[in-house]
Amino acid sequence: MNFKIEKRAEASELMRWLSPFIAIGATLVITTLFFLALNKSPLEVFYNFFIAPVQDLYGVSELAVKVAPLMLIAAGLLICYKANIWNIGAEGQFIFGGLIGGWAGLQFLDVNSPWVLVPVMLAGVVAGAAWAGIAAFLKTVFNTNEILTTIMLNYVALNLLNFAVHGPLRDPAGFNFPESAMFNSSAAMPIIWQDTRMHLGIIIAVIACIGVWFILSRMHLGFRIRVRGADEHAARFAGFNAKAITWFCLLISGALAGLAGVIEVTGPIGQLTPSISPGYGYAAIIVAFLGRLHPIGIIFSATLMGLLYLGGELVQMFLGLPMALTSLFQGLLLLFILAGDLLITHRFVPKWKKPKADEVPNALAEGAK
Amino acid sequence: MRDTEPRLSLWNITKKYPGCIANKNVTLDVQPGEIHALLGENGAGKSTLMKIIYGVTHADSGSIIWEGHEVDIKLPTDARKLGIGMVFQHFSLFETLSVAENIALAMSDEEPLGITELSTKIIEVSTKYGMPLEPDRLVHTLSVGERQRLEIVRCLIQDVKLLILDEPTSVLTPQEVDKLFDVLRTLSAEGCSILFISHKLNEVKALCHKASVLRQGEMVGDTDVDTASVDTLASMMVGEQTKLEQEYEKVLGSETALSITKLNYFTSDPFGVNLKNISLEIRKGEILGIAGVAGNGQEELFSILSGEIQIQQKQALTINQQDIGALNPAQRREFGMSYVPPERNGRGAVEDFSLEENALLTNNIGNKFGKLNLKGIKQFANDIITTFNVKCHNSKTAASNLSGGNLQKFIIGREILQEPTVLIAAHPTWGVDFGSSKAIQESIIELRNNGAAVVVISEDLDELFQISDRMCALFHGRISPVKPATDVSIEEVGRWMAGVFDEQEAAA
Repeated sequence: MNFKIEKRAEASELMRWLSPFIAIGATLVITTLFFLALNKSPLEVFYNFFIAPVQDLYGVSELAVKVAPLMLIAAGLLICYKANIWNIGAEGQFIFGGLIGGWAGLQFLDVNSPWVLVPVMLAGVVAGAAWAGIAAFLKTVFNTNEILTTIMLNYVALNLLNFAVHGPLRDPAGFNFPESAMFNSSAAMPIIWQDTRMHLGIIIAVIACIGVWFILSRMHLGFRIRVRGADEHAARFAGFNAKAITWFCLLISGALAGLAGVIEVTGPIGQLTPSISPGYGYAAIIVAFLGRLHPIGIIFSATLMGLLYLGGELVQMFLGLPMALTSLFQGLLLLFILAGDLLITHRFVPKWKKPKADEVPNALAEGAK
Repeated sequence: MRDTEPRLSLWNITKKYPGCIANKNVTLDVQPGEIHALLGENGAGKSTLMKIIYGVTHADSGSIIWEGHEVDIKLPTDARKLGIGMVFQHFSLFETLSVAENIALAMSDEEPLGITELSTKIIEVSTKYGMPLEPDRLVHTLSVGERQRLEIVRCLIQDVKLLILDEPTSVLTPQEVDKLFDVLRTLSAEGCSILFISHKLNEVKALCHKASVLRQGEMVGDTDVDTASVDTLASMMVGEQTKLEQEYEKVLGSETALSITKLNYFTSDPFGVNLKNISLEIRKGEILGIAGVAGNGQEELFSILSGEIQIQQKQALTINQQDIGALNPAQRREFGMSYVPPERNGRGAVEDFSLEENALLTNNIGNKFGKLNLKGIKQFANDIITTFNVKCHNSKTAASNLSGGNLQKFIIGREILQEPTVLIAAHPTWGVDFGSSKAIQESIIELRNNGAAVVVISEDLDELFQISDRMCALFHGRISPVKPATDVSIEEVGRWMAGVFDEQEAAA
């Protein structure tokens, strides 16, 4: 069959709001078919995925542990995406932030002052920003496509981490396991809920979202970022410095990802290992889009995505389904969100079909008045 | 001519695009040998109708009758077989091929001609109609006027019975226009029908026998050009009686506000134009009109003045004796400069943004510590809307929901309300309806009367003569002499536009 895609006369505002929910619904339908084919009860899987994890308070606290890095990273990505800068490298910035922050943490193994937190966190922030800064440098000086450079830098960061934990940062007393020594608890974000792992990171993440909202909608800087993203010619005509905006967006986004990395390493994980990120940097891209590129939307979508991580672990434990299910959910979600975004502004028309005769366009109707 | 069968009849042609009806029940008759004007403002549906006749696109309903028989024109080749030729507004030529090769490509396969035979025929046809062409020249070496000749000869060589010309004069100097009209009159006398698409009423009046007027996709009527006045035609086009010509007082300024000194600019854009040794003085309380056929360096000059293009010679631009060559557009605005770019959406305004946000684009009002003054912005947007009578729902309306003319009023208003000391405006009334044009022109005049220096870059000579105090023209990146508008004739500016001027005189 032959279809063409044509632009809709007007994009529906309602659909813009509904599309994330439709995407979630479609994902559930497809995965239901998938579980039926595997002879698993879909209800049982969904129960384990979405309800069991948060049935008790401990579950809720664990959810907050997963949501914090996702929300922090997504808040930074949002700034980039609003400027039309496609930073796909949050994973690398997260890892590099964790690695350098972790290295800083290892320098203070014997110090028990609460002040240790400051240099450790700062190291992570600066490292994340620096890693994104490489892409900003390449883009502003050589006009390199940031999608490619940031993706490539993800693998560089991962290999640096592997090198470090197999070599220079390996715990001398660790029986040759590729792991660093355990950090002193003063290098970790303070626990804000006793007897759980829930830490200050979740509060910082919410503050980051609100901060990003403030920058984007209440500050001239945010306006410049949005103009740069919406229309490069208009930004040049207005006299906004495109290079400065590129640097700012990538540095902020890298800094937040780096912060998420160091918080994760010194807190919940407690040491450097070869796998400090279960793909948070990639999942945060989905979080940003599922949240409609809006800071408040991100708070909700990060929660859902955190639940997927938590649920994935439970399903693996209780139903013997692979952890890859989480990736399957994530992938389907992203697919349906992007498809939804396309269908909000465009529609499919069979090639042989002529436009409907009764469609009176708004422009003409207004002109007639 | 009345008694004969029409060469072409259109019956109730309707064509819809998503979001707009390009043609609605359009009916049209063209007689043999008739020069028939198709008038309408930008976006009235003229080009769509012509594309339907030429088989580039297809009508949703209605029929085309060619010499008494209903025909189904699926492709341009079908149209050419019937004897319909078309010269598009944007030429469809291969720049790296020769004149003869370009023509060979459009010939039908049924009667193939060798390139030498074809060349003889090209010379024969082109000299017959007074449009000399060299078959071996490569197209990229031809001037715009010559390319248009090539397009016309390409149609003539195939014995056309109906020639469609889409805004053919928009790229020509007045002298070239006269020559083109002579050719068209000869063709008409030989019995070839011509459909002449235009929105320039004087040309229609000078050339055409009949005129049909399209407005918002609908045929509002046709008339004999001889009996209709230009004002009647204008009011048919826009649907309201407006006085076309408005006289403004001419004044000459004294003190220089913006000066350009021996500016040279070498573009890296393969389709750009180099600017050569441009010197201009723009004086306070005066409007300088810069004429020129599109693509003679206007875009480059505008962008250099606005700061969108950064030049090497930082001393070449000064405003009140201060160098501004190294500043970006925002910094230049702080010196009182202000610009109206040729493109509205996508340069002068951001389509998806509200009018309030677009008001903020060039006016960073009342922001403390980088925080937006939302009240002030809304106030400013509403000031523009009321002062310039911008038709919109409210200040939260997206720019894309405004008509071209209304958005242009908004952009001009945004710049003028900031009380610039130097305003650079490109095509300020291009594609704007008469009512809005008048309002825009009046606001520019008022700005001048308040002592601002104004530059208007435009292809519309009538408008330039109407509002400019001094005039000059751009040709191949060089600037002509500058003369007071009252001391220069339209013919002289026409010669400048064709490059006939003494550069020594110009530089002086």
